[in-house]
Amino acid sequence: MKILVPVKRVIDYNVKPRVKADGTGVDLSNVKMSMNPFDEIAVEEAIRLKEAGKAEEIVAISVGPAKAQETLRTALAMGADRAILVESDAEVEPLAVAKILKGIVAEENPGLVILGKQAIDDDSNQTGQMLAALLGRPQGTFASKVEIDGDAVSVTREVDGGLETVKLTLPAIVTTDLRLNEPRYASLPNIMKAKKKPLDTKGPADYGVDIAPRLKTLKVAEPAVRQAGIKVPDVDTLVNKLKDMGIAN
Amino acid sequence: MKTLVWVEHDNASVKDATLSAVTAAAKLGDVDLLVAGQGAAAAADAAAQIAGVGKVLLADDAAYANALAENVAPLIAGLAEGYDAVLFPATTTGKNVAPRVAALLDVMQISDILSVEGPKTFTRPIYAGNAIATVESSDAKLVITVRGTAFEKAATSGGSGTVEAVSGTGDAGLSSFVGAELAKNERPELTSAKIIVSGGRALKDGDTFQQLIFPLADKLHAAVGASRAAVDAGYVPNDYQVGQTGKIVAPEIYIAVGISGAIQHLAGMKDSKTIIAINKDEDAPIFQVADIGLVGDLFTVVPELTSKL
Repeated sequence: MKILVPVKRVIDYNVKPRVKADGTGVDLSNVKMSMNPFDEIAVEEAIRLKEAGKAEEIVAISVGPAKAQETLRTALAMGADRAILVESDAEVEPLAVAKILKGIVAEENPGLVILGKQAIDDDSNQTGQMLAALLGRPQGTFASKVEIDGDAVSVTREVDGGLETVKLTLPAIVTTDLRLNEPRYASLPNIMKAKKKPLDTKGPADYGVDIAPRLKTLKVAEPAVRQAGIKVPDVDTLVNKLKDMGIAN
Repeated sequence: MKTLVWVEHDNASVKDATLSAVTAAAKLGDVDLLVAGQGAAAAADAAAQIAGVGKVLLADDAAYANALAENVAPLIAGLAEGYDAVLFPATTTGKNVAPRVAALLDVMQISDILSVEGPKTFTRPIYAGNAIATVESSDAKLVITVRGTAFEKAATSGGSGTVEAVSGTGDAGLSSFVGAELAKNERPELTSAKIIVSGGRALKDGDTFQQLIFPLADKLHAAVGASRAAVDAGYVPNDYQVGQTGKIVAPEIYIAVGISGAIQHLAGMKDSKTIIAINKDEDAPIFQVADIGLVGDLFTVVPELTSKL
């Protein structure tokens, strides 16, 4: 079985995003960029399935600017076998990304596509579900456990009330939640080896996809700031405050 | 504008997050509801009581019993024919189904809206709530998920909707429901609780969390939450997690115990009406958003607080 793992280059999760003064977006110049954390978990899961003998080949894909090559090299250094960059300097919305991925799935015929449940920049949480819809395939979203069982996959999902397990016929789409696994760090020898692994570059037009955005961003603003309140010296004062609010007797 | 809201329910009653989605939908136009499930007639009757709703479409079929996206999405996409906008609560189930519907309709979904600014213009959080984007859709139809804490809940009585049976394509044959391990909780649900007591990594371990946080929560009739660090350290299960990747909450009172206040966590609770923080580090970022802060050792402060309430 082949596994496709789409990965996105995003602002590093440790960096506090700053809104541009002109309100056109978030300032990404001179900011550390990394692989979307949920996508790292997706890469790790694919590698574990390969290590367990459930998969033969892992193809990492990124839709983004030329620099997304770095993100793909990270996936290759972790253990992906080859990579495809669908290059676009313009921002590509989840629906268009899903359409591009559909085109790649048609060429590659993977048994599984594993994606992060959402990217930490636009927080859309859409691409996996959209890809599943476009392909007419089942989806196991927000996965905390993935088990291949013959021609099906059992996915345990993190839902509001706890956990839920669904069984999907393969081929299927899985999106990862935080507790699925802990991604490995790439070792130095593997980083060196990754430089020699194949990386193809394509464009959205190769898949016949129109990436014109459907949503227009009119403005990006800082969220309303909460003012720090008061500090109380001891528990008794806190209890009195709670009593004032009517929540203690 | 005609809108359809997908109802999250337990076959008997309508979940709170749906009520917020109804409020958002009402800002756009007329509101019809869809109740899909198996044996869900009582939920449809409850939905018809929600203030301001028109029709309640009831799709009762074994295929819709567990809200499997593969089965439900084609039903909703089919019904969307007669509507200008389809809205979902931004719960895990809503987030699972909505994009599948959007893609079937060739629509770019608008996720997690915070406000309705115009017929096609909305605000939504990006970068874990560190920025708020105002976006305008150019799609003919809208598919939207609604952040529950951002909209008032519609009243659950006073409505006079009419229930109408509809049917869809049924089982797509792609997926099946195996089972669920849902947390049994005597306490209020996190997303609808008036008071939440949340614990962080400073609680040291699961036992300490139990011994300190739960009695305080019980005294206050509060729900119990946790930071991602506490969940990752195994003190409590994942469904306790408050934060950008966990639950988004906005109770009347949020008490953060031993939580430093990582951006991730703040994104999930900063819309709470009153935030109370207990932390021994006076420079902890949580104090920058707290209305009332108490600097102290939680191992002495929390038992004292619990005993004095």
